[in-house]
Amino acid sequence: MAEQSEVPDNIKRIRTRIVLESDIVKNTAATNFPNTYPGIDDSWRHEDFCRVPTMAIEHVFVFNNTSIIADEVLAHRLGLIPIYADPGKFDIKKPGDNATDANTLVFQLKISCEQKPDARPDETDPNKRFINASVYSGDLLWIPQGDQASRFTDDNAIRPVVEDILLAKLRPGQVIDLECHAIKGIAKEHAKWSPVATASYRLLPEITIKQEIVGDLADKFAACFAPGVVEVKKEKGVKRAKIVNPRRDTVSREVLRHKEFQDIVQLSRVRDHFIFNVESIGILPPEKLFMHSVEILVEKCVLLREALERKIEDSMQE
Amino acid sequence: MTESKIPPTYEKQFTANQDEAFQALKQARYGGKGLSDPIKTVEDKWQLLPAFLKVKGLVKQHIDSFNYYINVDLKKIVRANERISSDVDPRFWLKFTDIRVGMPERPDQLDQNRIFTPHECRLRDLTYSAQIYVDIHYVRGNQRVQRKNVSIGRMPIMLRSSHCVLTGKSDAELAQMCECPLDPGGYFIVKGTEKVILIQEQLSKNRIIVEKGDKKAVQAYVTSSTHERKSKTYITAKNDVKNDKIYLKHNSISDDIPIVIVMKAMGVQSDKEIAQLISGGNQTFLNMFAPNIEECAQMKIFTQQQALDYIGSKVKVTRKIATVRRPMAEEALEILATVVLAHVPVENLDFRPKCIYIAIMIRRVLMAMANESLMDDRDYVGNKRLELAGSLLSLLFEDLFKKFNHDLKTNIDKVLKKPNRAQEFDVYNQLQCHGDHITSGFVRAISTGNWSLKRFKMERAGISHVLSRLSYISALGTMTRISSHFEKTRKISGPRALQPSQWGMLCPADTPEGEACGLVKNLALMTHITTDDEEEPLKRLAFILGVEDVSLFTGAELYRPNSYMVFLNGLMLGITRRPMKFVRDFRKLRRRGRISEFVSIYVNHHHAAVHIASDGGRVCRPLIIVDNMAPKVTNKYIQLLKQGKLGFSDFLKRGLVEYLDVNEENDSNIAIYEREIIPETTHLEIEPFTILGAVAGLIPYPHHNQSPRNTYQCAMGKQAIGAIAFNQFERIDTLLYLMVYPQQPLVKTKTIELIGYDKLPAGQNAIVAVMSYSGYDIEDALVLNKASIDRGFGRCQVMRKYVSVLKKYPNGTFDRLADPHQDRKYDILEADGIAGVGERIAPSQVYINKQTPTNLTTLVSNVDISANTYKNAPLFYKSPEPGYVDKVILTTTDSDQTLIKVLIRQTRVPELGDKFSSRHGQKGVCGIIVPQEDMPFTDQGICPDIIMNPHGFPSRMTVGKMIELLAAKAGILKGELQYGTAFSGSKVEDMSRILIENGFSYSGKDYVTSGITGEPLQAYIFFGPVYYQKLKHMVVDKMHARARGPRAVLTRQPTEGRSRDGGLRLGEMERDCLVGYGASMLLMERLMLSSDEFDVHVCENCGLLGHQGWCQHCRSSKYIVTMQMPYAAKLLFQELQSMNIVPRLVLEEY
Repeated sequence: MAEQSEVPDNIKRIRTRIVLESDIVKNTAATNFPNTYPGIDDSWRHEDFCRVPTMAIEHVFVFNNTSIIADEVLAHRLGLIPIYADPGKFDIKKPGDNATDANTLVFQLKISCEQKPDARPDETDPNKRFINASVYSGDLLWIPQGDQASRFTDDNAIRPVVEDILLAKLRPGQVIDLECHAIKGIAKEHAKWSPVATASYRLLPEITIKQEIVGDLADKFAACFAPGVVEVKKEKGVKRAKIVNPRRDTVSREVLRHKEFQDIVQLSRVRDHFIFNVESIGILPPEKLFMHSVEILVEKCVLLREALERKIEDSMQE
Repeated sequence: MTESKIPPTYEKQFTANQDEAFQALKQARYGGKGLSDPIKTVEDKWQLLPAFLKVKGLVKQHIDSFNYYINVDLKKIVRANERISSDVDPRFWLKFTDIRVGMPERPDQLDQNRIFTPHECRLRDLTYSAQIYVDIHYVRGNQRVQRKNVSIGRMPIMLRSSHCVLTGKSDAELAQMCECPLDPGGYFIVKGTEKVILIQEQLSKNRIIVEKGDKKAVQAYVTSSTHERKSKTYITAKNDVKNDKIYLKHNSISDDIPIVIVMKAMGVQSDKEIAQLISGGNQTFLNMFAPNIEECAQMKIFTQQQALDYIGSKVKVTRKIATVRRPMAEEALEILATVVLAHVPVENLDFRPKCIYIAIMIRRVLMAMANESLMDDRDYVGNKRLELAGSLLSLLFEDLFKKFNHDLKTNIDKVLKKPNRAQEFDVYNQLQCHGDHITSGFVRAISTGNWSLKRFKMERAGISHVLSRLSYISALGTMTRISSHFEKTRKISGPRALQPSQWGMLCPADTPEGEACGLVKNLALMTHITTDDEEEPLKRLAFILGVEDVSLFTGAELYRPNSYMVFLNGLMLGITRRPMKFVRDFRKLRRRGRISEFVSIYVNHHHAAVHIASDGGRVCRPLIIVDNMAPKVTNKYIQLLKQGKLGFSDFLKRGLVEYLDVNEENDSNIAIYEREIIPETTHLEIEPFTILGAVAGLIPYPHHNQSPRNTYQCAMGKQAIGAIAFNQFERIDTLLYLMVYPQQPLVKTKTIELIGYDKLPAGQNAIVAVMSYSGYDIEDALVLNKASIDRGFGRCQVMRKYVSVLKKYPNGTFDRLADPHQDRKYDILEADGIAGVGERIAPSQVYINKQTPTNLTTLVSNVDISANTYKNAPLFYKSPEPGYVDKVILTTTDSDQTLIKVLIRQTRVPELGDKFSSRHGQKGVCGIIVPQEDMPFTDQGICPDIIMNPHGFPSRMTVGKMIELLAAKAGILKGELQYGTAFSGSKVEDMSRILIENGFSYSGKDYVTSGITGEPLQAYIFFGPVYYQKLKHMVVDKMHARARGPRAVLTRQPTEGRSRDGGLRLGEMERDCLVGYGASMLLMERLMLSSDEFDVHVCENCGLLGHQGWCQHCRSSKYIVTMQMPYAAKLLFQELQSMNIVPRLVLEEY
């Protein structure tokens, strides 16, 4: 097969040509991988999604919950909170293991709602009228166990990544009192351990103009694409459309709806240029996440190679 | 107000600067508009809808009907039965002077605060009812005594009616009472369950209907219904050898009477007069009718006396034997006066009106014989009346009140009969201890749904239904449901078919499938059902407007070409010679508000008649009046409406809008859109989407769907899990399905906003990819994203109520709660013997540790109650899935028993086999749950929540779903909700434009990469959000298998059904397969060995069954053999023997 010989070549090239670009959006990163083989890219995506471990709340011990939200639902909501903790510094707690400071983080949520003494009686906004009318993820209190207090200080302090995730709403007299244990896990088991919101890639769009597009048609042509893809330049008083940045194209295929462009323009994709997009939920920065997933992939490959070698040895012996 | 303000200012301007004023007109553009610009149409006239729904509509008809009953009808009934006298003491009498119903009160007499809320009734299993008070005058000894506010029983109160504590309360006050502000009311709470009295559909009473009867003979019939009598009279044309002859048919006359004899018996003796009354000089009709007159002459009946004698001989006498027999002629006279056509009044034996009525009926028969198209259609909605809670309850009350009076009278007689009374007789004491027949009568009727009123020959079952609280929509659905009780099993299509006249009145989509298809209907959004209205003022008004009294005319004048007969509620008033002017004037007065807005008037040119109707039960709906090609409702009024300065009633009062019933609607020319107005147009539709009902109103773009799909969605929308009411967490229902994260649909409809579905939604907006994926999506199965499920998609809670009553027994003993035992099963009990709230309950754990006394018979004195022994009767949690104790309530019922309700909650995550549906009748089960990384993704990295197989589209033709996806996708890109309202809604073109603006393909199809291979898919995928409902059918409730298990006691065969851990039946058809295949041993195993195999001892000598090797018949054990047979067969033999049939077994070697 022709492709088989190509793959190693590609991998060689990848090593040399990884470019990381940070996009404007916080916690996302887009990466260009020219000349790769789709299968490999997809494996990275898979690793990002389901193999990179994080910490998430798994056990919730409810002592008292008089809010309208049911215990299971509240526990489910707690589980989905991203916890800012470096998963590399924890062990995976296997079933039957005891909870230790090496594999478990403990949080406490103890909150009750009361009337605000200085609130106006005609106040309708519950947040102004009551204390703790809304419970947020920021109300979770980390209880350091063992030497955790010394291990995670300052910037590394264990906390929810985002402080304003609404967990429940309370009214005067209602109480939530619970303890939660966060453990390390992978997204294959439950989506709450996913380190990313999305990790995906697309192929680099390619727009070929077979014929020059000039005049008003050029403006119309430019309008068919996302801003920045096509530039209309005046050259010698003639407007001329020019493809500037096909990467920004969203591939809406809008041009093809117009008869005048149908034969002039060809939309395609560079089949081996991947634009990788990782949107982290904030526990690990996307760059790190990416490296992490590569490591896991490498590990897997090594494992596979070892297994293969052993298999070959076995068959040779026979 | 505004109208009067404008002219003076305008005038001032006009006089002051005349030139300037004209200047504006001379310009090409005036007020920013050119002369050739299109005339501005009334925008937002749909704003009338919320205004309408505030005062009428949806559930309001129930409430209006109940209010009419409780405030008006009740008094009428009492007035008709106001007097009770005694057969024993002629001086005694009692008179009810007034009746009224109080506010609902708690039945516990000792309570300080007796005002109570409907929610308390639901929780405590009470009846939401109020005292019925009467004022009485009566004789005590020699005095006349007056007493006020004497309670005679309790009346169930309809929620949100005039006597309900909830009416007129603000949302905050309702919340205080644990009541949902969106709950429509209109139902009753009886013994803790919510009951709806369904709307009943009937043929209209007291109207002539001409139809083809048996043997294709034309017949006209009237179902007369008055308070005194109900009867049905036919006038039939019987096929003779030569001519059709006309006869009168009635239940109380044994034979058909030639119609001329009837006329003669009623005093029209002259043949000429009869002929004239019927034909009115029309030669065709005269010729057709002539044989009847001939027949009468041949029978030698010429005078009234002869005719009465003839009829008298045929009358069925139902008189008691004791009374004196009257001459037959008198018998006939009475029947003709009071029973035949009972609703036509005969005063002082003046038969004239009845004669004319019969003549009209005959004429209608003749007309239908001459021209078949003049036959009436009994499926026509104008010929139907809808019976509501009010009229049904008033029948019930009339019956109960008459019974009450009768019982009271016999009681009084019993006391008065005694010669020496120690005390002076006071009927008040009798009233006080009279029992609770009225209360229990109401409760029984509403809770069982059986209206059996012997007095009115009424025997109906299934009148009331439990209000379905599966979802908010299902509750609304039961409130608007109409059931027609007749002909459910017959296979005729007529009544089931969609009737053109139900346009705007009954929803064309919302009907169940199967047996009741087309018979159970639903009201459309803007309908109202009328209540009875006074006839007398209308009669007077008609005469004022130029109607000439009937009794002044002979036949010749009756049918003159230009004269129209005027009918009021089916009874002839007289004649008008200018029908169009009469109708116009009449309508003008109605629009001015001089007569009730629900009185309808229309002209029937075929019958040359004007019909006025003021009776109850007609369906009607509001329409905008069009005058001179312009709708009367203009933007100005709509603006005022928006500002809240005008209400719907103001629109009615000002004559901008009026109600039309079906008959009048069909006499009008109604434009659907303003652009369609032509000179003949009389009315304009308020909004076309109001032809759909509340349930069908949820469907976005229903006008793009194949019609059965909308019908399917109507059935499924009621099964969707979502939010039920704002008080859903306060409720303790037998079964409650709640969605954890319900969302309002991205594509809304106007109806959704009007009924509040956006506040109590049942579904979630799922990102759907329409593509095939794996093999697990065939036959409508869906592929679900595991990560979506992990994040809460389709999560729902199921709460089930478990009840126990701590009974008090007549011997003084009572049930009690006991301490928990030291046993795992009793782990979750608290010290009071009831499970703790929040505890996880596993199958077969105890949630109430009840004990019952062993001694239930002998009386125990208070002293040794403590010495009483008890046996354990704990309540086990039987569901196979563990749950959590959500709520526990301890209270007392009205019979003072302690009631314990435990609510147990399960939270369920979607799993394989759970049922989902979009809003387009596209249901499917979850076929596979796929991890997110294996799901396909778009360029933006979006993974679908659901993958739907595209094969669902071609045969279903649910284009609406595709447009919904497109609109929803455009909606999220633009950050707003889109509308998919029927016959309008966001346009596809606009939606596509939004998609293009945001860099998507106009078609809604995206470039998608496979999550498995990492390669792009070969086709663009239709990708976007669609509103998906989770339906109540979940696998955990249905999953069932059994190897061995319980057996039925009688037959020893495995039990039936999942709830009894039953076996799976190898049915008759499966058996046929095995028989056909010849697998006899397999058959033997399935039907006997795995079922009810039994060893029997058979005597080969006599062939009877023996016992333990002994034949009792032969008194020998010599011939006994043992064999196996099904226990059921052995049982059959023994049962046959008990009936003196001897089955004998003849055995052979096998």
